[in-house]
Amino acid sequence: MNEIRSVERASRLSRRFEQVRANGRGALVTFITAGDPNPSASADLLQRLPAAGADIVEVGMPFSDPMADGPSIQAASQRALASGMTLARTLAMVSDFRANDSDTPLVLMGYFNPIYRYGPTRFVEDALSAGVDGLIIVDLPPEEDQELCHPALTAGLHWIRLVTPTTDEDRMNTVLKNTSGFVYYVSIAGITGTRAAATDTIESATKRIREKTSLPIAVGFGIRTRAQVGEIIQVADAAVVGSALVDRIADGIAEQHTDDVIVESVTNLVSDLAKGLAVG
Amino acid sequence: MNTTLDPSPETYRGGPDEDGHFGIFGGRFVAETLMPLVLEVEKAYDAARKDPGFQADFDRYAKDYIGRPSPLYFAESLTRELGGARIYFKRDELNHTGAHKINNTLGQILLARRMGKGRIIAETGAGQHGVATATVCALFDLPCVVYMGATDIERQAPNVFRMKLLGAEVIPVHSGTATLKDAMNDALRDWVANVEDTFYIIGTVAGPHPYPAMVRDFQSVIGTETREQLMAAEGRLPDSLVACIGGGSNAMGLFHPFLDDEVQLIGVEAAGHGIDTDKHAASLTGGVPGVLHGNRTYLLQDNDGQIIDAHSISAGLDYPGIGPEHAWLHEMRRVDYVSITDAEALEAFQVCCRCEGIIPALEPAHALAHVMKFAPQQTADHLLVMNMCGRGDKDVFTVASALGVAL
Repeated sequence: MNEIRSVERASRLSRRFEQVRANGRGALVTFITAGDPNPSASADLLQRLPAAGADIVEVGMPFSDPMADGPSIQAASQRALASGMTLARTLAMVSDFRANDSDTPLVLMGYFNPIYRYGPTRFVEDALSAGVDGLIIVDLPPEEDQELCHPALTAGLHWIRLVTPTTDEDRMNTVLKNTSGFVYYVSIAGITGTRAAATDTIESATKRIREKTSLPIAVGFGIRTRAQVGEIIQVADAAVVGSALVDRIADGIAEQHTDDVIVESVTNLVSDLAKGLAVG
Repeated sequence: MNTTLDPSPETYRGGPDEDGHFGIFGGRFVAETLMPLVLEVEKAYDAARKDPGFQADFDRYAKDYIGRPSPLYFAESLTRELGGARIYFKRDELNHTGAHKINNTLGQILLARRMGKGRIIAETGAGQHGVATATVCALFDLPCVVYMGATDIERQAPNVFRMKLLGAEVIPVHSGTATLKDAMNDALRDWVANVEDTFYIIGTVAGPHPYPAMVRDFQSVIGTETREQLMAAEGRLPDSLVACIGGGSNAMGLFHPFLDDEVQLIGVEAAGHGIDTDKHAASLTGGVPGVLHGNRTYLLQDNDGQIIDAHSISAGLDYPGIGPEHAWLHEMRRVDYVSITDAEALEAFQVCCRCEGIIPALEPAHALAHVMKFAPQQTADHLLVMNMCGRGDKDVFTVASALGVAL
């Protein structure tokens, strides 16, 4: 049973990258925080992202102390926690999403402490049965692989690791060793949602990564517009957009819009970003 | 000695292992962007501590700039007043800048210089570590950025002004709960964004490996001196050592040279309004193991793994975690960890002023409050050393307000 599931799971991400490539375009990865601005609006938004143009959905597990994130995603975490979001509710939200969508790959992103508190073994089991495809855990570098990476890989979850501008040749081998699904290239040394890197810098980095692995490469941090998405997918397989979407939620709250209006504002942006995906 | 050692390793002084673990605690839980840098600090520190020139530099500045060794003072009046143990104070409040923090910032800035780093960042809670960092940055002419929670900036105004006088830029942190843990988050965010030229001087025995071990080593000058000074004064080792604990750097510095001796070690956490309330800072007594700020340790957190805000009248103890080596020593039962409330610390603060003519910081006032309970139960030949790790000038406004006095 587990084995069958893991084969199906392993193929959901690779199948999506193959499809996208066959259509002659790059992939759009969208990030939202589970429970932001509140659990019901967040669940609604997640359901609508694929139709709006998201090829892969990345869902943030809220944490009180998100050290690698900039102000936008920190605020999203706080809104989610204030509205009562927990790790168990995040997994339930994924489960609901999976009931209606068996094709769109879903990866969870977050920090280790809530998972450690939940219990890594129990988390891996529950993530699998909820329909999660992969994990991005920011504060678990290869040095701490025994904590969650090994159990997750064994169970059939992808372990998606970040390669950064500070990753040199030696380090690259260490980082890629247990990476699966895709490689997430962090385009700047910094936190999410701040500045963007120059495309030629990103290109030389993705070339460097491709020399070491055949995994697809997604590029994130600082990508906010359709034009940027268009530039990124010339040199990578996917572009990740997070803070720009989360900012739409913050703006909607500031303007006291209803949940429906906020969700539509985010999906409109996703549709617009998706127009940047044609390669060539 | 009545501490139960179970199971007993050959030495308690051998940690951490090469991956930075003290038992299950410690480690390197940081983002990939920081990993190469953390490894670089580790390598540089390894080389520095084996270099006699580095130690000679440290010793020279420790003596002539900080004013080490700090005296070991027999608190005769207090001993008489309490009746029981002979009480000594290790007087690290007499250091330049008024606390033990500068022992560590000196060591780290010498390392930063060795590594050719051109910019220093730090986090601070009460402001003592911020002041100690700004001080050594002024000494060595390096730009200094200190992250400080907006809440702490309000309650520690004199230290904020001191840092500015010393040339540091103080950046208010509004994220999260705007206290020390958030200041540390923002310092880590700065470090990630400025990896090339920046050295992060962490103020306590926490953070990713090698920080807990490195800060402990620099602070161990406290215990090493205490050992020699008490041998000279009394001809033997102490029976007990008492120190307050926030992150735990002054306690670790005092305890570490004695870990393998028959000496009772007592760490005093801040119980705030009481351990059974939601307003305290006692991570070992009231927390559970978790992962934050680069290491696994005991943390105040809820059932979902979200970090809970600490509370203490003393801003320097107001941290929801504790150094990983303390977490290990707690589980090994080598050190006894107790807690003292805001009210008990305030009382001890006043006793110390009147009885010894020493205005202690609110942090060691917690240690003293425990001494006031513990010393009378000991016999007259019991030797007790308490670390007076900081002076209380910075706290007079807080104390006045707590006592209902308008200044």
